[in-house]
Amino acid sequence: MQAIDHQAELKRAGANRTGWSSSALYLMRRYPLGAFGLVVVIIFVLAAIFANSISMYDPTSTNARSSLSPPTEEHLLGADFMGRDMLSRIIHGARISLAVGVGSTLIGCFFGVAIGLMSGFLLGWFDLVTQRIIDIMQALPLLVMALVMAASLGPSLENTIIAISIPVIPHVARVIRANTLALREMPFVEAAKAQGMSDLRVAVRHILPNTVAPVIVLATAQLGSAILTEASLSFLGLGIPEPHPSWGRMLSESAAEYVRTAPWLVIFPGLAISLAVFGTNLLGDAVRDILDPRQRS
Amino acid sequence: MIPYLIRRFFLMAVTLFGMSVIIFVMLRLVPGNIADILFDSAGFIDPAAKAQIEADLGLDKPIVFQYLSWIGGMMQGDLGFSYVSERSTLDEILPRIPITAKLAALALAFSIILGVPLGVISAVRQDTKMDYFLRVVSLSGLSLPSFWLALLILMFFVQFFGTIPIYTREPQPFWDELVMYAIPAAAVGFRSSALIMRLTRSSMLEVLRQDYIRTARSKGASDKSVNYHHALRNAVLPVVTIIGIEAAFLIGGLIVTETVFNIPGVARFLVEAIQWRDYPIVQNLVMLIALVTVVVNFIVDLLYVALDPRIKYSD
Repeated sequence: MQAIDHQAELKRAGANRTGWSSSALYLMRRYPLGAFGLVVVIIFVLAAIFANSISMYDPTSTNARSSLSPPTEEHLLGADFMGRDMLSRIIHGARISLAVGVGSTLIGCFFGVAIGLMSGFLLGWFDLVTQRIIDIMQALPLLVMALVMAASLGPSLENTIIAISIPVIPHVARVIRANTLALREMPFVEAAKAQGMSDLRVAVRHILPNTVAPVIVLATAQLGSAILTEASLSFLGLGIPEPHPSWGRMLSESAAEYVRTAPWLVIFPGLAISLAVFGTNLLGDAVRDILDPRQRS
Repeated sequence: MIPYLIRRFFLMAVTLFGMSVIIFVMLRLVPGNIADILFDSAGFIDPAAKAQIEADLGLDKPIVFQYLSWIGGMMQGDLGFSYVSERSTLDEILPRIPITAKLAALALAFSIILGVPLGVISAVRQDTKMDYFLRVVSLSGLSLPSFWLALLILMFFVQFFGTIPIYTREPQPFWDELVMYAIPAAAVGFRSSALIMRLTRSSMLEVLRQDYIRTARSKGASDKSVNYHHALRNAVLPVVTIIGIEAAFLIGGLIVTETVFNIPGVARFLVEAIQWRDYPIVQNLVMLIALVTVVVNFIVDLLYVALDPRIKYSD
């Protein structure tokens, strides 16, 4: 039999985690893909926050001389047909995509949790009506619904956030409702009610904190799809309008015409979208593994 | 069984009806209709002519009336007229449906052919390098925007073959038509194949943990028999359910891919109609999409019940 190195085995299993730093290191060793995803997301967030300091050029300033310039020292990722620097546009695009993605996910989750909680807790006619409405709204694919909303509201930053958050709400509400239905049968809820706690207090103090974990899992999953939906909307011309640089719109402007002549216009914005979504997906998978091991995929 | 079917049909009808109301209302949320767009592009606004156009199209009637005339027309088979081309919406939509249908069918076939075997391999060799590699590939498949993939494919063709696969309308011999559709179908189907791969993998993993697998192995069954004969048959059940959700993914992918490859299908038509504020077309197209989604989910539910003897016809 081999000699067992007890210290190494204990360390691998994550014993003796004293503070947040040792816990963090353990998590990174155990979920390497998730750690990588976290790093990617942090990079994008930092790029979005410090966009003005990092980019060499103003993303909207045109320069006819550099029109369609390939990647050179002056324009690290090339320039588009109006001479705008691609790298700066991509960095500022992170700001837009993250704002829309995070904004719509937060709004959607907020309303989804509220509706799901009320629906699962109050039951009765409120539940019946909301359930039907949720079923109906889920009958349409996300992009189609967002398309129609964006089309009717008109292209603007706020409208895009609203358009994307609306299909998220029934999704979140459904999961939270199922969770609430399960939670309300728990003994601690019965105990709280026996103590004379009002319904509202029970809902907020006891049930709500226990739904946080599924919400986080849902939110990280929805974030990636929100970013993709914003890119698709902007690509179709119904998303973020002119002055703001959006990765999706950059791809539609370059589209099929420049495929042969200026491939950098096509490669880099798409790469940015893919990396951002990839990072959030990796992070979301790891978060789900941590918070809900039963769902391990 | 019959009462179950009747109940399902009734539910479907209610859902579709609710959908029509929501769609109708969503489209008219913001003031501004096609008369505005026509005049915006002309550059001037002539109130009399605008009022005339609105009256012609019935836009000046109250909303409830407009909605009821749409629904009433639908019952009689009259779906209204396109604002842009002034032909009946049926004439505009129907010819485009087979194109999109072929693309969708090919994409679905592609995603299943690619996704299921890879998912099985990934599950059977869990936590090996191959598994990690396939998981990363499938995750990146889910992260790629479909339109970017389509653009990349376009770029690949242009760089290496000098030509772009162009869609032509003339009837073609079967194989040529297959090739013509194959490339956009691959672009659309890639994302779905990633989803199917992940699901097959997790479903397979769960099945492989079961006791009956252990029994089969201890009885000496070969790995191949255990994996394919016993495990896979049980693992595909959730995959069948996913196909219903697949429809949603596919439609989104179809919309952008048809735009990139310039294919005159129903999905691209939707975008054009939206850009033109061509309400009759948009309404009917979205209803069509909703109808297809609801019907596909219904068929999938029936299939699931047929495939899994443990499930009864309960709701």
